[in-house]
Amino acid sequence: MSDKIYRVDMSNLTYKIEDVPADWMGLGGRGLTSTIIAAEVDPECHPLGPNNKMVFAPGLLSGTTAANSGRNSLGTKSPLTGGIKESNVGGTIAGVMAKLGVKALIIEGIPEDDSTFYHVHVTKEKVLIEAVPELVGKNNYFVLDAMEEKYNKKVAVMTIGRPGEMKMLISNISVRDPKGKLRSHGRGGVGAVMGSKKIKCITVDAQNYKEVTYAQPDKFKEASKVFTKALQDNPISGEGLPAFGTNVLINIINEAGGLPSHNFRSGHSENAEEICGETMAEKIKERGGSTTHGCHAGCVIQCSQTYNDKDGNYLTSGFEYEMIWAFGANFGIKDLDQIAKIDALMDDLGVDAIETGVTFGVAVDAEIIKFGDGVEAYRILAEEIANGTPLGRVIGGGAGNLGKLYGLVRVPVVKNQSIPAYEPRAIKGQGITYVTTPMGADHTAGYAVATNILNSGGFVDPLKKDGQVELSRNLQIASAAVDSTGMCIFVAFPALDDPKCLPALIDMINARFGISLDGDDVTNLGSTILKIEHAFNLKAGLGSADDRVPEFMKYEKLPPHDAIWDFTNEEIDEFWNF
Amino acid sequence: MKDNINITIKLFAQYRDDRFKVEQRVCACGIRAKDIMDDLGISEHKLPLGVLLVNSKHEKEEYELQDGDVISLFPKVGGG
Ligand code: SF4
Repeated sequence: MSDKIYRVDMSNLTYKIEDVPADWMGLGGRGLTSTIIAAEVDPECHPLGPNNKMVFAPGLLSGTTAANSGRNSLGTKSPLTGGIKESNVGGTIAGVMAKLGVKALIIEGIPEDDSTFYHVHVTKEKVLIEAVPELVGKNNYFVLDAMEEKYNKKVAVMTIGRPGEMKMLISNISVRDPKGKLRSHGRGGVGAVMGSKKIKCITVDAQNYKEVTYAQPDKFKEASKVFTKALQDNPISGEGLPAFGTNVLINIINEAGGLPSHNFRSGHSENAEEICGETMAEKIKERGGSTTHGCHAGCVIQCSQTYNDKDGNYLTSGFEYEMIWAFGANFGIKDLDQIAKIDALMDDLGVDAIETGVTFGVAVDAEIIKFGDGVEAYRILAEEIANGTPLGRVIGGGAGNLGKLYGLVRVPVVKNQSIPAYEPRAIKGQGITYVTTPMGADHTAGYAVATNILNSGGFVDPLKKDGQVELSRNLQIASAAVDSTGMCIFVAFPALDDPKCLPALIDMINARFGISLDGDDVTNLGSTILKIEHAFNLKAGLGSADDRVPEFMKYEKLPPHDAIWDFTNEEIDEFWNF
Repeated sequence: MKDNINITIKLFAQYRDDRFKVEQRVCACGIRAKDIMDDLGISEHKLPLGVLLVNSKHEKEEYELQDGDVISLFPKVGGG
């Protein structure tokens, strides 16, 4: 049976199950979510009003046996950036939706009666929408437990915590992983959009699905073997990531002078050794945690981990570089355990590691909190943000808004979204990605760090302008295509250096659907997606003047290289000439 | 004329196993990054060199070390 579009209208609590229009047939993941948002959402709509939509779509290979294919895309208009957003996540949701035949789940409208929140449950035959007053005001793990009890351990869950209910711009949509922990549809305040639609949680039935079918099963198996081997043979995806997690980056980015510290005053942190991946791996070993954990079934890289406290009790999992950088280097907490406690709390609340962490960095300049005061940061999250006090709302509005409220100039955002863990002045290719991607400052949109710092896919000097625009463009096109397949972005490392990797990925798509894409088709797909997203942003009012770094980066020299942002507007705008 | 130079060597990720995190050394003038790597057994190590930084800048293995240089050696690492 062919896949369907499941469309839920929250304004009258009804649903439709529709055939997939021919134009959308070959799309999945980001390609599909951005196409639907561009086709159905008025770019000028208020992101939290009745005319915005949320589109969830598994990748083209999600639900198959392909390694690392379990990523799910969410498309919407972001209340943080005012532009289009695609956010992707692991967890069990993508595989379950794909096996159930849900090509996309579209949520539109806002209920007339906004006195409560709803639970949306998707099964093969129908969608149930019911009020859940008992879940209102609860956080994510409470919701997971309630859903597990109501259905079973396998049910796929997407949920928002209290900050999402309150439509805070730091809020995420949290997704259950295979071990009952959480991953996030992050960035851009997507939790606030779900909150605006009065949806507390979405569950998808994981009992009555069928395994996905393959047009050419043998060809698929063969390609899948080659692909898995490419992931396992690559020194980064095969060894470095499983051993140290993404946090291995702290030291190398710090040594290269590109680790934003003290709210982007320096590219070097004095805390690096205390918070780095090597130290973390040692602690994990000593304390009986685990350095490997997959955020979805079928991940052969397993960059995630289980992190315990001194007494061997579980503290957190999915303890990522971005989180540790934001709270460790940029906000200055030296104690990894304290950062882990904050990480676990933030998972439960469903708030974004990068947006929240960078906001705390700005809050130091606003004299709301002292640099490195992890105890107070925890308190603000647990008491102010969770309860939506005025201070909680001020922090919960993200770094850009906090900076405006306090009249600050050093506010590291692009399109009002916080800049992640790589300094644009010292890693210039990554800076080009931040300013040009339609997503607002987002490192995953085109990970130039790979070629600027890590010697993956060649080397382009991070401190020079030469070649950066082209590098970022190529990476953004490739990422848009990869984000459509359901693959996790770490597939990029073998893809950049192993010539067998990408062809195997394309062969799997072909064998799954009985089509014959080649490399050029995939590049075209990536370009088309970027152009669709860019066109949406232009109509939404985000033009080339928004493709810029915050001005302080043009005149404040960043130690240790004394680097400044020196691209001209013309050089940046050249990005869109393709 | 000075015959010896002082350098600092920093090792990361798996390179730390059975070696050290950071070490100061006095070396003969004209020594290259590659010679340090050979001495540490990094060239033959099962993990080939990923990134070589000298004073926070990317350099090639042939780079000739100067007095006061800080050299950082990484196997292939990545994340994001
Ligand atoms: S490598 Fe990490 S992010 Fe990617 S699928 Fe595995 S656990 Fe998830």
